[in-house]
Amino acid sequence: MHKIIVCLKRVVDYNVRIRVKPDGSGVITEGLKMSINPFDEIALEEALRIRERGGATEIIAVSIGPEDCQQQLRTALAMGADRAILVQTTAELEPLGAARTVLKIVEREQPELVLMGKQAIDDDCSQTGQMLAALWGRPQATFASKVEIREQAARVTREVDAGLEVIEVDLPAVITTDLRLNEPRYVKLPDIMKAKKKPIETLALESLGADTSPRLRTLKHEAPTPRGKGILVKDVAALMAALRDRGLSA
Amino acid sequence: MSRILVIAEHDGRHLQQSTARCLNCARQIDAAGADVVVFAAADSPVPAEAAQLAGVKRVLLVAQTTGGSLAAVLAPQIVALAAGYDCILAPSTTFGRDLMPRVAALLGAGQVSDIMAVVGPRSFKRPIYAGNAIITVEVPEGQAVIGTVRSASFKPVESGAGAPVETISVSAEIPAHTRFIELQSGSSDRPDLQSARLVLSGGRGLGSAENFNKLFALADRMGAAVGASRAAVDAGFVPNEMQVGQTGKIIAPDFYLAFGISGAIQHITGIKDAGTIVAINKDAEAPIFEVADIGLVGDLFATIEEIRKQLG
Repeated sequence: MHKIIVCLKRVVDYNVRIRVKPDGSGVITEGLKMSINPFDEIALEEALRIRERGGATEIIAVSIGPEDCQQQLRTALAMGADRAILVQTTAELEPLGAARTVLKIVEREQPELVLMGKQAIDDDCSQTGQMLAALWGRPQATFASKVEIREQAARVTREVDAGLEVIEVDLPAVITTDLRLNEPRYVKLPDIMKAKKKPIETLALESLGADTSPRLRTLKHEAPTPRGKGILVKDVAALMAALRDRGLSA
Repeated sequence: MSRILVIAEHDGRHLQQSTARCLNCARQIDAAGADVVVFAAADSPVPAEAAQLAGVKRVLLVAQTTGGSLAAVLAPQIVALAAGYDCILAPSTTFGRDLMPRVAALLGAGQVSDIMAVVGPRSFKRPIYAGNAIITVEVPEGQAVIGTVRSASFKPVESGAGAPVETISVSAEIPAHTRFIELQSGSSDRPDLQSARLVLSGGRGLGSAENFNKLFALADRMGAAVGASRAAVDAGFVPNEMQVGQTGKIIAPDFYLAFGISGAIQHITGIKDAGTIVAINKDAEAPIFEVADIGLVGDLFATIEEIRKQLG
């Protein structure tokens, strides 16, 4: 039976609008509400559903980050993950470093499936899943909107620009999840209580021996250029006139 | 001088416009341009099309025996070519976003996702937090630049040049663990959403799939492409390939007319680079009005009807 690893990133909650620090050295994250990256939450929900259908026996939630990531791992345990691993570090890893770190966990745990969101909503890189699959020498099925697990393969429907692409991947494999795959469950109070008894294993990043040195240098942060202030028109005639003024020839 | 390789995106018959936009980015890195590699059938018309784009030094055709554009199949072939280049770029479409991290990891390199501006040959601007912040990142000397190019930020290069096409073979082990099954695509005669000058887009406010037909009819009259908000796709009004926004398509038409779209930040991310944004919504408080160049508060269907009438 299958073992599933779900990777969860702690990010600024998606409802929070971030601001850039005045000196351009970063974005202000102090005191903001933090959550599980929403795409990763969908990955966890999918793992739970696979288990409920009999396609998995154990779900392990894995996060990389500071001690506070335990909050998000507790939520994952309350949702239904069996155990959790926190790879603790205060460093902010790039996707390659994160993939190399997860690979160490993968080598230890030998899962049949690794699930994670298609991107994190903080750095918006959309790289870690693909990088893990490459380093592991295994298939990737990115942007999944439907996942069917079979004995030794998974059939995955992917949301691509041209429509929906269906591919089949041998297991073990990495699947990254898109928004329409499922709607994550709400955590109930008894589950939160039960989750307190589930184990979170903490490993120091350095103890894994993965090369997580940064490959890129971030020189500065800036706020996006705002668009100019618009006008309100009172009817369609005025709208069409304004559009023609701007060169629309329809 | 940078030696740049651009990975062509195509559907087997045609080159996607994203490739011409990617070439524009390549030319800003090095005015001399780039090689373009096409992974396609030996008799594909795509290499000839790519050869016409300005800024192409030469087109490399690597003949494929299987269809599709699986990252697991393409990545080792790109890695086999990588030694000859300082910089490898692909469009930041679902094609490039799937493929390039696999390439970067095999090369042990970092990747710059969603390049929106070229600051220098090794430094680039890219959006984070759904475009609420822009960072400038630098790829240190001695490391290959691996990047995906945000199509909406670069205009396509012109066509009409004539670069040579060379058929080459690469030595790479192609895995059999990933198999393409099928592509389900709603065929449409309308202009392509990602390259259209004019886009009409509908949101939850349209209320049903039937009501979207009114928008389709208007789009056909105006020669426009049609997009949708995530809410409209989630509600099942239209298929996923029409979604515009952070997790859908990021577009930059000259005109974007949003009908009944409230304007969540994730949607705005997908249209920020549009020339003129028009918001039509009955709710005057909808956040879409904050970014719109022209706003009209009113009933959607009456507005659609009135626009049709005025077009004659």
